[in-house]
Amino acid sequence: MSLLAQATGETGRTLTLVLFLVMVAATIAITVWARNHTRDATDFHSGGRGFKAWQNGFAIASDYMSAASFLGIAGTIALFGYDGFLYSIGFLVAWLVALLLVAEMLRNSGRFTVADVLSFRMKQRPVRTAAAVSTLSVSVFYLLAQMVGAGALIALLLGIKEGQTFLGMDADTAKIAGIVVVGLLMIVYVAFGGMKGTTWVQIFQAVVLVGGALVLALLVLADYGFNLSNLLGDAAEASGAGAAFLEPGQRYGVEVEGDALQTMWNKLDFLSLGLALVLGTAGLPHILIRFYTVPDAKTARKSINWGIGLIGAFYLLTLVLGFGAAAIVGAEAITAQDAAGNTAAPQLAEVAGANVAGVTGGAILLAIIASAAFAAILSTVAGLVIACSSSLAHDLYNNVIRRGSATDREEVVVAKFAAVGVGVISIVLAIFAQNLNVAFLVGLAFAVAASGNLPTLLLSLFWKRFNTNGAVWGIYGGLIAAIGLVIFSPVFSGAPNSLLGEGVDIAWFPMSNPGLVSIPLGLLCAVIGTYASPESNPDRFATLQVRALTGAGAERAADH
Amino acid sequence: MATTPMREGPPPAVTDEALAAMHDDPRFADLKRRLFRFIVPATVGFLAWYFLYVLLSAYARDFMGTVLFGNVNVALVLGLGQFVSTFGIAWGYSRYAARRFDPPADTLRARIENGDAE
Repeated sequence: MSLLAQATGETGRTLTLVLFLVMVAATIAITVWARNHTRDATDFHSGGRGFKAWQNGFAIASDYMSAASFLGIAGTIALFGYDGFLYSIGFLVAWLVALLLVAEMLRNSGRFTVADVLSFRMKQRPVRTAAAVSTLSVSVFYLLAQMVGAGALIALLLGIKEGQTFLGMDADTAKIAGIVVVGLLMIVYVAFGGMKGTTWVQIFQAVVLVGGALVLALLVLADYGFNLSNLLGDAAEASGAGAAFLEPGQRYGVEVEGDALQTMWNKLDFLSLGLALVLGTAGLPHILIRFYTVPDAKTARKSINWGIGLIGAFYLLTLVLGFGAAAIVGAEAITAQDAAGNTAAPQLAEVAGANVAGVTGGAILLAIIASAAFAAILSTVAGLVIACSSSLAHDLYNNVIRRGSATDREEVVVAKFAAVGVGVISIVLAIFAQNLNVAFLVGLAFAVAASGNLPTLLLSLFWKRFNTNGAVWGIYGGLIAAIGLVIFSPVFSGAPNSLLGEGVDIAWFPMSNPGLVSIPLGLLCAVIGTYASPESNPDRFATLQVRALTGAGAERAADH
Repeated sequence: MATTPMREGPPPAVTDEALAAMHDDPRFADLKRRLFRFIVPATVGFLAWYFLYVLLSAYARDFMGTVLFGNVNVALVLGLGQFVSTFGIAWGYSRYAARRFDPPADTLRARIENGDAE
């Protein structure tokens, strides 16, 4: 019998459901307002470019902090200790790449999508097509991971286990219902609210998420008289691993006794993960297009500082939540609920709340944390859908199919249909994929972003000789290398927990994270591709550089 | 609703000639130097520091496990150090850019957009 269902029962579920509904109602209201304030393509793709630094900072944080980084990292810390924290460090440090090398120049030289900058001095159609393909791949991998996670999570948060029902739903129906509800909401946010609505929804959800995590972390710390060392000691003791729980090596780069080869691959796999985490963020299209929502490059810079502050603070809170869950809830109770540890934070909320105000307190805090998790999912999927829809409408439809002749009005209509299409396809795919282990999809999204997107983006901003052929080779090369290596890795086949199961074995690549090989390969493809073509346009590069650095001729905020 | 006319409305028309001319201007070379002087060492620095941390986590686990006080070990302190350095570099860059980069960038931008307004 699950802990959640046991202690709080119907009261807890009802409360959680009510809080969900209140939050959804608030975000729908925001969307309706935004719909009435969205007029042209700039409003739809970039929210009118009028957002303030703190507003975009909150939206960046919301976009970035998915359920994976909230429940996933807290759960990994709760079960494996220090290594969960290590994961969050890669996610945070990655923002410096975006801040120092990408954000301001992207803001100054593009309009709506990443491809605007990539194709600036290239042949439009091949580069935009390649950029759209990689944007869609990265975003759809990420989207599927979020939605499948959302389905499982909602079933878990409502405490529905095998053989039980709630509102007439058993666990499997609740999972599908969760996927469909999340999918429909993201379609509504994006198709009706555009970037303006999505951004305000994200700002609201960032407040819910960080607020919920803060309250819970404070309760845990108060329990330990704000002495972090005591909390760590308790967590280490309860884990059964002792001091090793507070050291790296329980989850990543595991040392296998007597198998030096496997140990070596495990450690290289960990380095590979570290590389993809730190280089992937600045290649995620849904993150990059957020820099277009502010009036100028200075505001983009300030908004990243807000984002870094919020994201960093949030990961410090998850550190407390993870070790708190290990100490207070215990690994046994957590894995009994969910083997991957995703329910560690909600379970902690229930126990910590109960310590303060009895069963009702537990139910209330659980409902708050469950809503925070739901907010994390919704804001991330909405950001992903708008990245797909902008790329489809602006890059593929307007610039590739119509060769730039589509009107503003047309582009917005296409973007709305694209949002609905991407949403519906994702719902269907997520329902079919729901029983698969999808954690690797997030890793894959980061690897593709780091291998295909980031090298071409940096080369187009900083390398004079770079050309169309190089950009196309770089994007497809990085994309194919990352996906290809994952297909031949143990995540896909040949291992007990792989996608196809142990029966099928086509795995020859020994690591589950392809970054260590695919990122250099992507870069190499871009360089070789460049030299394989005589095309060179130093004048356009000069123009791009002057625009990117001075902001001359950059898009401004809409004047309505 | 236009409160700050400089920041709103359609993008100002700039000619490719004006942009190309600016690229050869010594003041633009200076602007580029000012930017690269910060972002190149900062990027090399934070990446080196991050990979040092990752390598230590993979290959120097006894060192990372050294207890400093209570239950706090080197791994935790270095991990928190990554947070501190990230916050520090972000703050330092904004301060540097606002003082040393933005003013000349704004001057050059105005010059390109308004022609020879000086």
